[in-house]
Amino acid sequence: MRKILSNSLFIILFIILVYGIFQMPTGANINAPAYNDIVNHYLNSGVSETNASNIIAAILADYRGFDTLGETIVLFTSVVAVGSVLRSTKYDKEVRDHE
Amino acid sequence: MLILEKIIDNINYIGAVALFVIGLRIVVTHSNLIKRIMGINIMGTGVFLFFVAIGNVTGGIPPIINNNQINPVYINPIPSVLILTGIVVVVSITVYSLSLVIRIYENYNTIDQTELSKLMSEEDNEH
Amino acid sequence: MNDIIIKNITRIIIPFAQAYGIFIIINGHISPGGGFAGGAIVGTSLILYTLVFGREKGKKKFSHKTSEIAESGGIMWFVTVGLIGLFIAGRFLTNLDAGFPEGVIGDILSGGMIPLLMIGIGIKVASTMISLFNLIIDEGI
Repeated sequence: MRKILSNSLFIILFIILVYGIFQMPTGANINAPAYNDIVNHYLNSGVSETNASNIIAAILADYRGFDTLGETIVLFTSVVAVGSVLRSTKYDKEVRDHE
Repeated sequence: MLILEKIIDNINYIGAVALFVIGLRIVVTHSNLIKRIMGINIMGTGVFLFFVAIGNVTGGIPPIINNNQINPVYINPIPSVLILTGIVVVVSITVYSLSLVIRIYENYNTIDQTELSKLMSEEDNEH
Repeated sequence: MNDIIIKNITRIIIPFAQAYGIFIIINGHISPGGGFAGGAIVGTSLILYTLVFGREKGKKKFSHKTSEIAESGGIMWFVTVGLIGLFIAGRFLTNLDAGFPEGVIGDILSGGMIPLLMIGIGIKVASTMISLFNLIIDEGI
């Protein structure tokens, strides 16, 4: 009974979200709202401004290079955080030996 | 027939929403912590698919420019770039939560959320 | 793992996987791919080595010291390339205005600082994957 109720709740949520998608100004063509001026600028003059033929690499490393620097810092922070959680300290080893 | 056409037009978005709802169901209904982390990953994949689908253009080619094509139509490059950042964040979240689960298992010998809350409340009563 | 088939196949596969990863990294600005995808492939090949031959042998190939150097070296490399732009052209992470070599569009040697940054990102992602894996299997249960 509880399972049926929860599953129907998620199906209702799915239907609501799909209804919301039908109201979106979609359309996979170049008139979509996401395909705006800045995309056209990147596509038209990106090659002459960065000399790289892959526009995604040009945006990633040149136009938004600061963003990528933050991304590498996120990776570094994740390594530091996992190390600080998992590395066993001197206190942990003493407790383990005591037991 | 109109609704069928709409479904076919928006099939990418509907797949993204389905992934999101599946992930949310796993996070809410399961009490195993590792399954919950998997659910968060599936939700993240749904969001990525939604973003990349925004940048899709029918008949478009990847934005790698050479002079051989005549009148090329390129897909939108910005969502792809943003999603590269998102993938990194999801990987970091997954690894950090897995390490926390390892620590929880060492201390309580369980990774089940309901048992864990029971043990924690018992501990509170003892003090 | 003491399976001779897996050991031999791994020995054959790993050089090709690493060469493919490096190919993707250094061709990132003229073809699909880049630092993230190539770095993930290189890191996965190192994880495969550790899984098959055991942690002791994996430690010899990629020790904690190496991972420390690669982790901080990736960020330091990125910031150094950015600072060159700051000193020459007055803005952080400037590409062609800072005098990086332009090259011919479509060649590997083109795009100014983009290949340099891609190499930094590749090193960072590869070392992050392998060191997270090592941390979890070393310090886990």
